[in-house]
Amino acid sequence: MSGESSGGSETSPEMRNISDSNSTANDDVLLSVRDLKTHYEERSLFGGDPVRAVDGVSFDVRRGETLGLVGESGCGKTTLGRTLVRLEEATDGNIVIDGDDITTLSGDALQRWRRDAQIVFQDPESSLNDRLTVGEIIREPLNVHNWKTPAERRQRVRNLLERVGLREEHYYRYPHQFSGGQRQRVGIARALAVEPDFVVLDEPVSALDVSVQAQILNLLMDLQEELDLTYLFIAHDLSVVRHICDRVAVMYLGKIMEFGPTEQLFQKPENPYTRSLLSAVPTPDPTVERDRTTLRGTPPSPRDPPNGCVFSTRCPAKIRPDGFEELSEHDWDAIEVFREVLRERSRTDPSLSERARELLGLETRLPDVEEAAGELFASRSFPSDVQEPIQQSIEAANDGNEEHAREIITAALGSVCDREAPSLLATGRTDSGRSSRCHRHKEEYADPDASGSDSPQS
Amino acid sequence: MSRHARDDNVPLNADATSSRDLALEVENLRTVFHTEHEQIHAVDGISFNIRRGETVGLVGESGSGKSVTARSILGLIESPGEIDPASAIRFEGDNITEYTESEYESIRGDGIAMVFQDPLSTLNPVYTVGNQIKEALSLHQDLRGTAATERAIELLEEVGIPDAARRVTEYPHQFSGGMRQRAVIAMALACAPEVLICDEPTTALDVTIQAQIIDLLMDIQAERDLSILFITHDMGVIAEVADRVNVMYAGEIVESAPVEPLFAEPKHPYTRGLLRSIPSTQTSGDRLETIKGEVPTPNEPASSCRFAPRCPKSFEECSEVAPIPTAVGDDPDHDAACLLYPESMTTDEAVAHHRPADDGGEQ
Ligand code: SF4
Ligand code: SF4
Repeated sequence: MSGESSGGSETSPEMRNISDSNSTANDDVLLSVRDLKTHYEERSLFGGDPVRAVDGVSFDVRRGETLGLVGESGCGKTTLGRTLVRLEEATDGNIVIDGDDITTLSGDALQRWRRDAQIVFQDPESSLNDRLTVGEIIREPLNVHNWKTPAERRQRVRNLLERVGLREEHYYRYPHQFSGGQRQRVGIARALAVEPDFVVLDEPVSALDVSVQAQILNLLMDLQEELDLTYLFIAHDLSVVRHICDRVAVMYLGKIMEFGPTEQLFQKPENPYTRSLLSAVPTPDPTVERDRTTLRGTPPSPRDPPNGCVFSTRCPAKIRPDGFEELSEHDWDAIEVFREVLRERSRTDPSLSERARELLGLETRLPDVEEAAGELFASRSFPSDVQEPIQQSIEAANDGNEEHAREIITAALGSVCDREAPSLLATGRTDSGRSSRCHRHKEEYADPDASGSDSPQS
Repeated sequence: MSRHARDDNVPLNADATSSRDLALEVENLRTVFHTEHEQIHAVDGISFNIRRGETVGLVGESGSGKSVTARSILGLIESPGEIDPASAIRFEGDNITEYTESEYESIRGDGIAMVFQDPLSTLNPVYTVGNQIKEALSLHQDLRGTAATERAIELLEEVGIPDAARRVTEYPHQFSGGMRQRAVIAMALACAPEVLICDEPTTALDVTIQAQIIDLLMDIQAERDLSILFITHDMGVIAEVADRVNVMYAGEIVESAPVEPLFAEPKHPYTRGLLRSIPSTQTSGDRLETIKGEVPTPNEPASSCRFAPRCPKSFEECSEVAPIPTAVGDDPDHDAACLLYPESMTTDEAVAHHRPADDGGEQ
């Protein structure tokens, strides 16, 4: 990154975004992902919005590195990994390697990419064909890609077995005769058979016991060094990611929320989501003071992501609109939960559950949103500029118009976090290679409480 | 037969803690599964107790027997599984292993409730969440009709489900994973249990949701003075929730201690290895310490240390003598089952301490 001097002094980090700061800096880039989107069309009977599993991500993967992709279920990390190896089709954007765009490859070129890029799956139980012997499983990709002669293939499989810590006689066994750890070794041998450069590891140790997990992680680290492999390591276990990854991308609802070198990111997370995520991880040390911000609620549906920041429905650092200084955090929390109630209500298809209940002869009256509001706001007294929009919103919801009810609240009590999607901004020192997607990084919204707060993990 | 019980059958309530403070006592529990080819000693002579208002952790890898322990306590072992008649599980003065199915039915829920890893195994997909809670309320609290509906809504609110009046009319599939687990906890609470057994209750959940559920369980425990048996494979979760911890390996408890000494000074080679293989306890990028091999299936009675094939400290006698829980360390509640202890003895003396007094007493 040393050549780069333009733009981003710390006072105006918004001048640069991730795609610029990354691509100019490093010529050791293996592949560049730009504005990648993978959406699924709704396959159910009811039509509806597509699932925006990956919704505009950009980053580079450097040759020889282990890039971690972390996030909770539904954040799009697995879809992103599968899109890179063309197991899923991108909806938009590009993945560029040596000038070729992987998203549009076909024919021989696609075959070549399918050889150069491999994937290891989480669940060794279901990813291996139980009717084939272990030897046949590892050999399959060699056959598909017409690799050398049959005799050489057999020899290669023997070498691979040994290389991943299995024995030659395992060639004729079946996967079900193996333990989870051994099966994952088979999965790794299979992925490495055709000498790929790039391997997507999709939760490769999540299904394994800790003591076995350590063996597999060691094996992966050894193989990388020996074979010059580049890894994309997808995981939800942050301690594993911290241990093995050089750089990390933190995803939430289809977007990268924070990106940076692993140690820096874990020690001093910049993004409110990363901070919450790290503080939620239990530490195997009972003497540690727990200083946790437990996040409220669940991530919204990727079919209906929030308009502004994707994290705005749960963010503990959310920017509040001006003019409501008398509201406490608890008041805001109650309002956010109320909005969540409205969102949940507009999500569930009333006609469907209604019908089901009728069929079963159960009561059909839906309780008014007033009951929920009453419970939430019982002990609070709001000024009229808060009370009024809430009242209007309740009335709209009672008329069955949850969508409008949500809009009323957003218009009256929403902030920049509800209205504008933040972009991924460079953070930290100019050459740190870090970036984070949050309005708080703009000076006007800087959060005095959050600056410099270290992760409890460090 | 019962040489694994401490101090030759002196009942545990002769301990410092009087039995009135104990919510649950498990003594020499053995649960065996008979298969065509072999007998699996899934739980092989374990003893522990839970004091009132306390959280006791049961930690181990897959196949350690921790979930079978939970199912044994709840009387959920079915053929080909069987609880050895010499086992005792004491709850409110009774040995509940002797209960009939209908007697068990009456304490399941009422006295001892369980939260499983997968909430969908508890929730019935064709009934609303409300109806399922109401069913539990009518069974255990004799509440029906509007009173039951209101109580069900209160319970959902208590477990942190917003818009409870609406949610009570919804089906399990309309709930997110975390919300489902909350609903299961609400169902467990509907029975006002004294002991709550949580079997990997957060394992299937994302880490931010796991934090919510742990917070919830700890709050409920404080409010209701619940005694919790918390079963997990996750040492981080155990460090957070447990007051005392039992570490299981291949059907046996190999170490037990209050949570702080267990993490600060683990004594059993298995516990040590397990803690060292957790990535967050190691320097990034370095090779992780591993435990070689894999967890064995306990398909023979214990006549040796089951950890011996994987133990970096094993010596000859480890494959001849089955170690018994022995006091280690400064804390009187800290035991390990390993021939290296008591530390004050020479190896020969220690082995003699573990060797059964009348060899051949085994059936
Ligand atoms: S943009 Fe707003 S809601 Fe999003 S992470 Fe930043 S502070 Fe939170
Ligand atoms: S008894 Fe022997 S093999 Fe077993 S844990 Fe102790 S030293 Fe290791």
